[in-house]
Amino acid sequence: MNWDWGVVSDFMPLFWDGVIVTVQALVFGSLIAFALGLVWAIAQRSERKLVRWPVTVLTEFIRNTPLLVQLFFLFYVVPEWGPSMSPLMTGIIGLGLHYSTYTAEVYRAGIDGVPEGQWEAATALSLPKVRTWTAVILPQAIRRVIPALGNYVVAMLKDSPMIAVIGAYEMLGEASAFSNATFTIEAYTVVGIAFILIAYPASLLLRVLERRLVK
Amino acid sequence: MSSETPNQEENESTGASLAKDVAGGAKSAPEDSAGAANPKVDGRELIRFDRVTKRFGDNVVLDDLEFRVDSGKHVTLIGPSGSGKTTILRLLMTLLKPDEGTITVGGEYLTHEEKNGKLVPAGEKHIREVRKNIGMVFQQFNLFPNMKVLRNITEAPVNVLGLSKEEADTRARDLLELVGLTEHMDKYPSQLSGGQQQRVAIARALAMRPQVLLLDEVTSALDPELVAGVLDVLRDIAHTTDITMLCVTHEMSFARDISDDVLMFNEGKVIESGSPDKMFNDPDHPRTREFLGAVL
Repeated sequence: MNWDWGVVSDFMPLFWDGVIVTVQALVFGSLIAFALGLVWAIAQRSERKLVRWPVTVLTEFIRNTPLLVQLFFLFYVVPEWGPSMSPLMTGIIGLGLHYSTYTAEVYRAGIDGVPEGQWEAATALSLPKVRTWTAVILPQAIRRVIPALGNYVVAMLKDSPMIAVIGAYEMLGEASAFSNATFTIEAYTVVGIAFILIAYPASLLLRVLERRLVK
Repeated sequence: MSSETPNQEENESTGASLAKDVAGGAKSAPEDSAGAANPKVDGRELIRFDRVTKRFGDNVVLDDLEFRVDSGKHVTLIGPSGSGKTTILRLLMTLLKPDEGTITVGGEYLTHEEKNGKLVPAGEKHIREVRKNIGMVFQQFNLFPNMKVLRNITEAPVNVLGLSKEEADTRARDLLELVGLTEHMDKYPSQLSGGQQQRVAIARALAMRPQVLLLDEVTSALDPELVAGVLDVLRDIAHTTDITMLCVTHEMSFARDISDDVLMFNEGKVIESGSPDKMFNDPDHPRTREFLGAVL
């Protein structure tokens, strides 16, 4: 195999463009997944069937269909009758929505893990519902599940190349375009190394977090 | 008092007088604590169970139960486990709903409200209003582990009663002095002993200035050497305030000390009631005699 450092340096400007897209997709996708997942988890504990039921159907549907199909759907089908969005925006929403159904399960486990006595104490003090959630239940539940949420950020990072199929050129998309145009292979290697340089320290960090937060 | 904190002795001397100020009016002057939001007339019926039945599946825990508690009285519920004592407290705290019958607190239905002359299950708002008059201390303390001691106590006064942060802080500090834990207010519950946690839980309940304090086996989860400290605090409160107490306990000497009335439960019914003197020394019902013979 002929390794050409010249090719690598030619690729670097595109690589950095790709990194920026990957990071944007990851950061905003995670924020959506964290926020929406919490909404799903709380809605599924609602006393009202009319709230619980549609949310269950929606999250089961999203969790059990491929991310790739969802990305195509968001990019090609939704604009037919809804808003049309840039590839990156679509990718962010697709990743966020998909992973929100997983974070919802994580939150659910965290919420279930808060002892019944905490709800009872909140009732005994007549704390309003919103206050019970925000001041008592969620701080205890979320603390416990931060490492599990982090695992899904790493998983999302590894799924992020999928958004290239709708034209959001993140690291791998850039590498693929570059390599096809120049008939080289070095760019793929650079991206592979970049993934491990991000993902491995991230999972180490998560392990530290887990040790400190989950007691 | 227990020996778990160094300031216990100091607390012993000031506890009684403090309890008067912080736990809602002294016995000698009940009118001090009377107000529009918290009507309180000594000797008047405060709690009434009217034909209350509670089942768990096929198991009838409370069977057509009738009883009443007058304002300011300290009532102890005794009886074998499974006889429905704790269920009564949990019904009053609205942690459970009765299957049949009604419960009234201060003349207001707890789980029902009157609409167009009909009795219907109460809405959340109504329950919240009536429930504000009731406080509860749990067997497992149930302090909020994510909040420091002071905030555990101020959380509800600020967010439920609408007190300012400063007012709530002052109230909490007074209560912490009453329970002898002033120097622990910036700690998290996990840094305290079980006895200390339970005393914080008592302070947290009292911070709402409830008319009724429910005590659900509050010393059962404690190491034996920590029990006395908690009971001493409760004795202070019982002897120096006019708060109504409903107490489920296995501490018979404590029950004898603080109770005006003792109710003996068996199989979901009150089978005998009377003064502690009568109940502990000369009970009429053979089941009471048998039970007390086993626990005393």
